[in-house]
Amino acid sequence: MSETLTLRQWLLTDEPTSRRHARLASLYKGWLTLRGNTMAMFGLGILVALVLMALFAPFLAPHDPYVQNLGNRLQPLGSPGHPFGTDSLGRDILSRLIYGSRITLYIVALVALIAPVAGLLVGTVAGYVGGWVDVILMRITDIFLAFPRLVLALAFVAALGAGIENAVLAISLTAWPPYARMARAETLTIRASDYISAVRLQGASPVRIITRHIWPLCISSLIVRVTLDMAGIILAAAGLGFLGLGAQPPSPEWGAMISEGRRFILDHWWVATMPGLAIFTVSLAFNLLGDGLRDVLDPKEGSQ
Amino acid sequence: MSMIEIEGLNVWFGHGPDRVDAVRGASFSVARGESFGLVGESGSGKSTILRAITGLAPDWSGRVDIDGQALAGGKRDRAFFRKVQMVFQDPYASLHPRHSVDQVLSETLHLHGIPDIDARVRRLLDDVGLGGRFRFRYPHQLSGGQRQRVAIARALAGEPEILLLDEPTSALDVSVQAEILNLLTDLREEHKLTYLMVSHDLAVIGHMCDRLAVMKDGEIVEVMGVEALRAMRAEHAYTRDLLAASVAPGAQPV
Repeated sequence: MSETLTLRQWLLTDEPTSRRHARLASLYKGWLTLRGNTMAMFGLGILVALVLMALFAPFLAPHDPYVQNLGNRLQPLGSPGHPFGTDSLGRDILSRLIYGSRITLYIVALVALIAPVAGLLVGTVAGYVGGWVDVILMRITDIFLAFPRLVLALAFVAALGAGIENAVLAISLTAWPPYARMARAETLTIRASDYISAVRLQGASPVRIITRHIWPLCISSLIVRVTLDMAGIILAAAGLGFLGLGAQPPSPEWGAMISEGRRFILDHWWVATMPGLAIFTVSLAFNLLGDGLRDVLDPKEGSQ
Repeated sequence: MSMIEIEGLNVWFGHGPDRVDAVRGASFSVARGESFGLVGESGSGKSTILRAITGLAPDWSGRVDIDGQALAGGKRDRAFFRKVQMVFQDPYASLHPRHSVDQVLSETLHLHGIPDIDARVRRLLDDVGLGGRFRFRYPHQLSGGQRQRVAIARALAGEPEILLLDEPTSALDVSVQAEILNLLTDLREEHKLTYLMVSHDLAVIGHMCDRLAVMKDGEIVEVMGVEALRAMRAEHAYTRDLLAASVAPGAQPV
C-alpha cells in the first residue's frame, strides 16, 4: 500500500528530478484526467477489447470464418453453436465478426498513419513558410476538398483496382486535406508567438522549428481529430466494401458482410445487422475516446 | 567604439496603402557595456526597433551597426545570434508550453554549439537564481517571475554581449519586478553585458539605465542622460509631460 502511495506521489510531484521523471509525471497526470472521464474510459475499454479480439481471433472464434455449410445457412440468432446465426453460405457470423476486427483495425491503423502525417506535413510547411508555397499547397488541398469524400475514394479505387490496400490508399488520399487545413491554421497562430521568435533568435533552422516546436503543438489536436474521424474512416471502408470496391469476398470485412446480407435484409435481418452493430460500436468507441482525449491533450486548456 | 550604432532607422509594416510607419528616422548609439533605455507610450515604436535589430521585423531602412558590423534585411547569421539576444515582454508567451526548462536550455546550448550541456544548464539556472529543482519543470508549473528567469537564462545561454530587453518586467507583479531588475543589474556586471532596454516605465529606466531615448509616434524626440532624468531636466515638451505624469500622485517617484 505504502509502495503504491509513494509511486503515486513520485508521479504527481511538482519537482521532477530527471527528464524521464518529468515525462512520466506529465503522462500520469494526463492519464488521471482521462480516467476521470467515464465515457472516454468506456470507449477506450471497447477499443482495447477490439484489439484483444483481433489479436486472439483464432482462439476466440468458435468456427472457421471461411468454412461454408450450405445445409446450415441463414440460421437465426441464438441457434445452437451459432450465437449470431449464419450467413447465406452457412458461415458463422460471430467468427466472421471476430476475424473482421483484424481487417477493420488494419484499415484504421494504416489510414491513421498515412493521412494525418501527410496533412501535418503539408499544413505546417504551408503555414510556416507562407508565400507562394502556401498558395500552391493550399490550392492542391482545396482541390481534394472540393470532391465528396466517398466519390473521390470510389474514383481512386476504380483507377487503382479493388482491394483492401487500395481502399486504404484511396481513403487516405481523401482524408488528409482537413488535417492539412487544421495544421496550417494552428501553425499560423503558433508561428507568430514569442516562443517561436525566441527560438529563431537562437539561430534554429526552419526544419527544426517546424519539427521540434510546431509539430508537438499541432499533434495533440490532430490526434483528437483523428480519433473523431476514425468512425468516418471505418464507415468509408465499410462503404467501399459494401459497394464491392474494398475487401473482396470471402474476406470477412464488416462492410462487405453488410453488403452480402442486404439481399436477405427483410427475412433474415441479422445477417446485415450484426456487422452493422459492430461498426456502430467501434465508431462510437472512437468518438467517445476522441472526446475524452480532447480534454486531456488540448494545449489551450492550459491545465496540462 | 559603440556596440550598437543606429542611424536614420525607418521600420514599416505592410505595403502600399496598408503601410504603417512604426519608426521614422531613429538615431542613437549605445557604448560597450552601457545600459541604454528606450521610453515611450505604447505604440511609439520602441519595441519595433528591437525587432528590426533582431530581424523579426524585416522591412527597414537606414543603418544598424552591431559591434562595427552593418546589418541588412531580415536575415541574421549565427555569429549575430551568438552576440545579440533578446528577452521578451511576456514570460507567459515566450516559453514553449510543451518544453520543460531543461529542454529549452539544452536546445539553446545545442544550437549555439556549446559542449558539456548538462553542466551548463545547471550553471545557467544558478546564474538566474533558479535552483536545479526547477530544471525539469514545465512552464505551467512556474510563476511569472520564474518564467522570466528561465527566459533570461535562455538569452544568456549563448553568452551574448548584447541583451535586448523588451519590457522584461511589465507583465510581472511589482514585488517580482524588483527581483528581476536586480537580477538583470547583477548579470550585467557579472557578464559585462550591453543592455538596450525598452520600457514605458520611467522608474524602471531610471533604475537600470545610464542614458535613454524618449520616443513619441515612431520618432526619437530626445536623448538624455539618466542624471538629467532624475533632476527632471528635460528639453522637449513631451518628455516634460512624461516626467510630470510619472511623479504625479500615486505614481512612483523616479
